[in-house]
Amino acid sequence: MTAQTGLQPDLSRAPRRLGRASGNERVTGRVFQLTLVACLAFGVLVLALLIYDVINDGASRFNLDLLRNMPSGRPLQAGIQSAMMGTIWVIVTVAVITMPLGIAAAVYLEEYADKRRWYNRAIELNIQNLAAVPSVVYGILGLAYFARGPLDLGGSVLTIALTLSLLVLPIVIISCREAIRAIPTSIREGSLALGATRLQTVRRQILPNAIPGTATGSILALSRAIGEAAPVLLVAGGLVFITFNPEGVLSQATVLPIQIFNYVGRPQDEFRAVAAAAIMVLLIILLVMNSAAILIRNRYQRKW
Amino acid sequence: MLFAAAFVSVLTTVGIVLSLLDGTRAFLTEVPLVDFLTGTEWTPLFANGEYGVLPIVSATFMITGIGIVVAIPLGLGAALYLSEYASPLSRRIWKPVLEVLAGIPSVVFGFFAISFVTPNVLAPLLGEGLARPSNALAAGLVVGVLIIPIVASLSEDALSAVPQTMRDGALALGSTRTKVARKVVLPAALSGVMASFVLALSRGIGETMVAVIAAGSIAQLSADPREPMQTMTAFIAQAAAGDQPTGSLGYNTLFAVGLLLFLITLFINVISIRLVRRFREVYE
Repeated sequence: MTAQTGLQPDLSRAPRRLGRASGNERVTGRVFQLTLVACLAFGVLVLALLIYDVINDGASRFNLDLLRNMPSGRPLQAGIQSAMMGTIWVIVTVAVITMPLGIAAAVYLEEYADKRRWYNRAIELNIQNLAAVPSVVYGILGLAYFARGPLDLGGSVLTIALTLSLLVLPIVIISCREAIRAIPTSIREGSLALGATRLQTVRRQILPNAIPGTATGSILALSRAIGEAAPVLLVAGGLVFITFNPEGVLSQATVLPIQIFNYVGRPQDEFRAVAAAAIMVLLIILLVMNSAAILIRNRYQRKW
Repeated sequence: MLFAAAFVSVLTTVGIVLSLLDGTRAFLTEVPLVDFLTGTEWTPLFANGEYGVLPIVSATFMITGIGIVVAIPLGLGAALYLSEYASPLSRRIWKPVLEVLAGIPSVVFGFFAISFVTPNVLAPLLGEGLARPSNALAAGLVVGVLIIPIVASLSEDALSAVPQTMRDGALALGSTRTKVARKVVLPAALSGVMASFVLALSRGIGETMVAVIAAGSIAQLSADPREPMQTMTAFIAQAAAGDQPTGSLGYNTLFAVGLLLFLITLFINVISIRLVRRFREVYE
C-alpha cells in the first residue's frame, strides 16, 4: 500500500458505532497497548542485562592496575595502558581533522551552495550515501591508501585517525548543518541589512550561534569513532600486543576496542575478565562524552 | 576553500570505489568472475584455496535475516508506543534509553553475545545441537538488538509526521485508538517505516564486530543457524588482521568481497533514500 492510498483510510468497512467502545474492543486495545510497551521494555531489558553481564565479569579486574599495565599474553598482568593512550591520541587527531573540515563543509552547503547546481546536489546525495556505507569498507580504503599504498603510514596513529575521520565526517557535516539551519533567516538578513558582508555574517553571526549544536554533534561523532573497531582492525591489525605508548602521530598504536577484541578472542577464561573490565572503561568514557553532549545541548541551545 | 571541504566527501567516495575496483580487478585476473559468484566453497586463505563467495553471502543474509526478524516487530512496536500512546514525560525518559542502546560499540555487543546470549540464553534452550562459543543464531539475535534503535527512532519520526487531523478524523468517526494506530497512522507512514527497515537491513549487513566475535570463522554453506558461520564482513576483518602481503591473492580477495558488500549496501541505501523522498512529498 502506498502513502497516497493511506491518506484516505478506507473506513467504510469499519463498524460505525458512536459512543463508547464495546467491552471486546476495550480488551483488544489494552492488549495492543501492552504489547507495544513490551516491545519498548525489551530493549531496555537487554541494555540492563548487557551492563549487568559486563560488570559481573569485569569487576574483579576493574582497578588501577588495569590502566597501569601494558597489554600482555599473561592474563594476570594484562592491562590496557597503551590502548588507552592510543585512543586519546587518535581521538584528538580525529577532532583536529574533522572539526574544521566538517564545519567548513556545512557552512558551504548551508550558506553558499546554490541548490540548483547539479554538483551541489551531488555532494549532498553523496554525504547521505556515505553515512550509510559499512564502517569496514572505510577500513579497506584506509588499508589500501593510508596504511599501505601511496601514504604507507603503517598502523600508526595518523592512519587510524585518517580512516576514522573519513568515517565520521558525514556525521559531523550533517549535525553542523542542522545547527546552522536552526538559525533563523532574520538573523542573516539583519546582519546583511546593517552592511555586513556575507563573510562577516558567517563569522560574527552564524558560527557563534551554531557553536552549541556543532559541539554536541561533534562530541557524538567522536564517541562513535572511539567505539569503532572494524576499520581500525583493518588498518592496524589486532593480533599483536603493542606494549608502548604512542609518542607522536607516526608511532604505531592500538585503541581500546581493538584491545577488547584481542582479549575476547583468547581462549583462557581470565582474559574474559580483562576484556569485560576494559569494556567498563570504554563505556564510562562514552557515558561521560554523551553526558557532556546532552549538557551542552540543554544548557546553551537557544530557542528562536 | 569551503567548497573544497565539502568536496572531501566526494573524494572519499571516489577513493572507496577506486581502491575496491583496483583490488577486485587484480583478483579477477586470477579467479574467474563466474567461479567467484557461483562457487559454494570458500577457503581463500588456504594454499590452493576455493573462491566461491556464496557461503559468506548466505551467512551474511542469514544473520541479518535473524536480526531483522527480531528488530522489526520490536522496533516498530516501540515506535508506535512512543508516537501514539506515550505521554511527553515518558517519551522524554524512553528516548534517551534507546539512544544509549544505539551508542554501545558493536565490539561490546559481540562480547555480550558470547559471554551471555550463547551460554545463558541459547544453551539452556537448545542444548547439545548448539555450537559453542560461536554460532550464527547468537550473532543474529544480537545484531537484531543492535538495530532495534534504528528501526524505532526512524519509524517514530515517520509516525509522528502523520498529521494530527487524520487521527482526529478517524476518532471522530468512532474508531478506537488501536484502530487509529493500526489502520490510519501506520498505513499513512508506511513508506517512512519501510525506509527504516531497509536502513536497518543495510546496517545489519555491514555489521562486523558481532559477526567476527560471535558467529565464528568457518565459512560454510548451511541453513542451520546453530552452527558457526563466517559473514562477508567477518572474512574481511579476519583476512586483514592476518596481515596479507600487499598484492597477494589473499589481499586482493579482501577487495573483491569489499566491493560486493559495498554494492549490496549501496543498492539498499538507494532504495531507502527513494522511500524517504516519497514519504516526504506527501506532507510537505
